[in-house]
Amino acid sequence: MSFDANHVVLSVRDLSASYLAPRGRVRALSKVSFDLHAGETLAIIGESGCGKSTLNLALMRQLPQNASIDSGSIIYTYRDKRQVDLLTLSKRQMRTYLWSECSMVFQGALNALNPVIRISDMVYDTAAAHGLGRSEARKRAMKLFEQVRLDPERVFHSYPHELSGGMRQRVLLALSLILRPQIVIMDEPTTAVDILTQRSILDVLKLLREELNFSVMFISHDLAVAAEIADTVATMYAGEIVEIGSVDDVFYRPHHAYTYSLLNAAPRLSVGEQELTSIPGSPPDLIEPPSGCKFHPRCAFVQEVCRTITPPMLEYEGRQKAACYETERVLQAQMVKNV
Amino acid sequence: MTKNSEPSSELRSSDNLGSDQSNIPILEMKSIYRSFVKDRQQIPVLQNINLSIQRDEVICLVGESGCGKTTAGKLITGLLEPSSGEIHINGRSVTDYKGREKSLLRRQLQIVHQDPFASLNPAHTIGDILSFPLKRHNMTEGGAALKRRIWELLTMVDLTPPGDIVNKYPHQLSGGQRQRVSIARSLTVEPKLIVADEAVSMVDVSIRITLLKMLKRLQRDLGLTIIFITHDLALAKYFAWEGRIAVMYLGRIVEIGRTPDVIANPSHPYTRALLSAVPEADPELTRRKHALRLRSDEIPRLTDIPTGCSFHPRCPYFVRGTCDMVIPELMRPPGYEKEVACIPVQQGMMLQETME
Repeated sequence: MSFDANHVVLSVRDLSASYLAPRGRVRALSKVSFDLHAGETLAIIGESGCGKSTLNLALMRQLPQNASIDSGSIIYTYRDKRQVDLLTLSKRQMRTYLWSECSMVFQGALNALNPVIRISDMVYDTAAAHGLGRSEARKRAMKLFEQVRLDPERVFHSYPHELSGGMRQRVLLALSLILRPQIVIMDEPTTAVDILTQRSILDVLKLLREELNFSVMFISHDLAVAAEIADTVATMYAGEIVEIGSVDDVFYRPHHAYTYSLLNAAPRLSVGEQELTSIPGSPPDLIEPPSGCKFHPRCAFVQEVCRTITPPMLEYEGRQKAACYETERVLQAQMVKNV
Repeated sequence: MTKNSEPSSELRSSDNLGSDQSNIPILEMKSIYRSFVKDRQQIPVLQNINLSIQRDEVICLVGESGCGKTTAGKLITGLLEPSSGEIHINGRSVTDYKGREKSLLRRQLQIVHQDPFASLNPAHTIGDILSFPLKRHNMTEGGAALKRRIWELLTMVDLTPPGDIVNKYPHQLSGGQRQRVSIARSLTVEPKLIVADEAVSMVDVSIRITLLKMLKRLQRDLGLTIIFITHDLALAKYFAWEGRIAVMYLGRIVEIGRTPDVIANPSHPYTRALLSAVPEADPELTRRKHALRLRSDEIPRLTDIPTGCSFHPRCPYFVRGTCDMVIPELMRPPGYEKEVACIPVQQGMMLQETME
């Protein structure tokens, strides 16, 4: 692992958030806790509606108006070791924080770039808003475009529509790093792109990470992408992190029945004929979530206790944690699969 | 349209349109070209497609966006016509089918679209959505039979109990359930061939497998031919394990063969590039994997297709004077079990040795 386990950049504790819907309060995030370390890539995996995107938006305090953060803290550590709870920052302070400390790469690169201004103006606007000089901004942009394998001169003077989808995605990646943030948040950055484009984005990302050593929070429903670039993987279900651990531990030794089920629902290229099983049913209603373990109505390992009492998050070897009563049986089932 | 006066039992008995010999391919595409006109410019979307598909076969068309796979699916189901070339169904050119035969033909060829949010009318109940084609084509006689058939179709796609579903509207169903309705609708007219165009791409990973298993079961039980269009190689591998995969690039088929053979021993440089580029849901394996480095990351525009082999500007095995001059034909190289459109492969060159 390449990251510094003693240096926590972002420490999230008991973060809960909800949306107000006509039918009631949608509990999209409940008591989410995790640490993001310097240089670490954390992948959040889970089905749609599990709260991945809400978590992302909450970390940047960009939730829509009908949503609120109900409790918890998000402690950010600056490079000079100063610490601050993001939830206490004013709007103005937040605007400075975003991009210079924590930037975001959205999915769908076409929508994320302003279609009527040149890339160069986007660079200058960003720089001006954060007090960076024009010539320095230009210098950094050129260097970054080169690092993401683009032709700097051409791209700098282009409008977004003059670039292909893969090029735009790489421009976004370069722009996100121009103020040298400690954290980059990525929401499905390779979802809408073709295989070979995805490959070049992943390669470029790995290279940049080595050179600039930033932390990445990565949201994906694509387990293969998570397996490739993550140091740490967290599984989310119904607004909770139900398992977190190193990428190898989570993929080879899942301790939670949901992680196990998710991993065994994805076809793989490298193995021959495969016996796969889908997860029955669909994600629960977060207005009235099931009692006990929220996964119990869909779980193949379910026991009586799962229906009534919420399982506690237990710590296992390494730095793996999981909230599941049936860890033993899940591990046995996975061992059979691993053979 | 005279068929409304005909009793439906007679319609059913003639469903096979007189050619039940199993050695005749259900579908043949012969030198198919198709282009679209945009800004007064011809855009060739499909070029020289030759494809023969047997009854009960499962075949996957894979490729990146713009490779022509969706256009191929539309041509097969008759939603588009080729610019040139012939499509034969059951050994006869589709242009030879007229009148009642033609409408029977159209019934046999169905398509399931990618987006079940867009392909189901939000103002109709599931019962309505299924009963329209049943009534229109006289597939059932009388109200009781109609209801029975709708029940049966919903059960076939595992939407049970059907009574809970028939009166619902599409927005009351999940994405996976909606896609099941789409599949049930395609089955109303008792098709022989179904084109599934990215049919599971919009549903969550966790439930894709049940949908695919259901499609496979229907394929076996009903003796369907399924053409499965996808950009996801792992899905294609899973679904067509016992069938074939055809890899498309810029409007041409570049490699076609039995699925295990194509996936485990890709021959065309493009297939190799794709397979080596896909991340695997296995951390150690995916870290060890080496992606084939292409000479260029940019996909050429369809308005400006390179000369010779259209992959040559990106191909790491490119042979000057050959690949940029001659368009490779799709054919079976000596000693191979599959067809490959690559001249160096056809000439028996070991591609590994030419790598820089």
